[in-house]
Amino acid sequence: MAFFDYFKRAPKSASLAKDRLSIIVARERTGSRSGPDYLPALQQELLAVIARYETIDLANVTVNLDKSGGCEVLELNIVLPDTPPPPPPRLSASVSA
Amino acid sequence: MSKVVVITSGKGGVGKTTTSANIATGIAQQGKKTVAIDFDVGLRNLDLVMGCERRVVYDFVNVIRNEAKLQQALIKDKRVENLYILPASQTRDKDALDPEGVGRIIEELKQMGFEYIICDSPAGIEKGAQMAMYFADEAIVVTNPEVSSVRDSDRVLGLLAAKTSRAEMGGPAIRTHLLLTRYSPLMVKRGEMLSVGDVLELLGIPLLGVIPESKAVLQSSNKGSPAILDETTDVAQAYLDVVFRYLGQERQHRFIEEEKRSLFGRLFG
Repeated sequence: MAFFDYFKRAPKSASLAKDRLSIIVARERTGSRSGPDYLPALQQELLAVIARYETIDLANVTVNLDKSGGCEVLELNIVLPDTPPPPPPRLSASVSA
Repeated sequence: MSKVVVITSGKGGVGKTTTSANIATGIAQQGKKTVAIDFDVGLRNLDLVMGCERRVVYDFVNVIRNEAKLQQALIKDKRVENLYILPASQTRDKDALDPEGVGRIIEELKQMGFEYIICDSPAGIEKGAQMAMYFADEAIVVTNPEVSSVRDSDRVLGLLAAKTSRAEMGGPAIRTHLLLTRYSPLMVKRGEMLSVGDVLELLGIPLLGVIPESKAVLQSSNKGSPAILDETTDVAQAYLDVVFRYLGQERQHRFIEEEKRSLFGRLFG
């Protein structure tokens, strides 16, 4: 039934739903059902550290928490800017504030 | 021995009242004295779904405020022996419910020999929903295979573990069951709907049953007659399975796989 298979090629929205839910459910549970709620603070601090060395756009940063088997994987995805940053010595000199 | 069972979900419109009506009816049909309490004060609907809206004289809030006796407010179902409904008030708001009053009435229902006390929760996680779950021994979490419903169910599971009498007194945890409603095996097969496996994995509670998406639900609420009473429909079969499973019988899960359809059905269905 190749003719009908043609219609099945659309992206599978169910798997998208599941991925989105696994993240949100895991994130919300860290606050309410298990363990301390340090994930948002951890995110902020990690980003602060990276921002010290690299100009990053917050819109290009994604933080995911995945569960595989018994362990949780914190995935931090940062898109670095296209233009290379200025050399380190000058950067440290210019950062005064 | 009485069991207090809350039917809850967080999200509205997923089938809590339909499920309360069908499960209460099904359990009563098995000879267990059962009452369904509508906790949706201000937006009562269980009476309508069960077809006894014209027989409501006194309600839950009247009894809490000692304006009527419990026996005066209980409506005996005309179709099924052992089945009673305690309607919500339509004129008050959820603040009319307080733990002392609700606790007193549940205790009184137990004294009257009710074996199953089904608490139909309002949507949301505010006072009405918290009162419905507060005295529960068990919870049936009604969920649609849809992102907002699954997220809300997870939130409700958190509340069940924290904001109930059992949690506060340090008693045994409330037993939770997942009821997946409005399920479409065809959409799941096409990858357009979360599967029962996906939802189980996300929520991590045992599956009580799957209720297929069906016109029979609307038709039965139109008539004010719970779907379970017309055994010819798939929804009735699904709810019957749920009731038997809940009462401890082994029943294989159905309505998870797409039914075999004719070529004609596949082409034009």
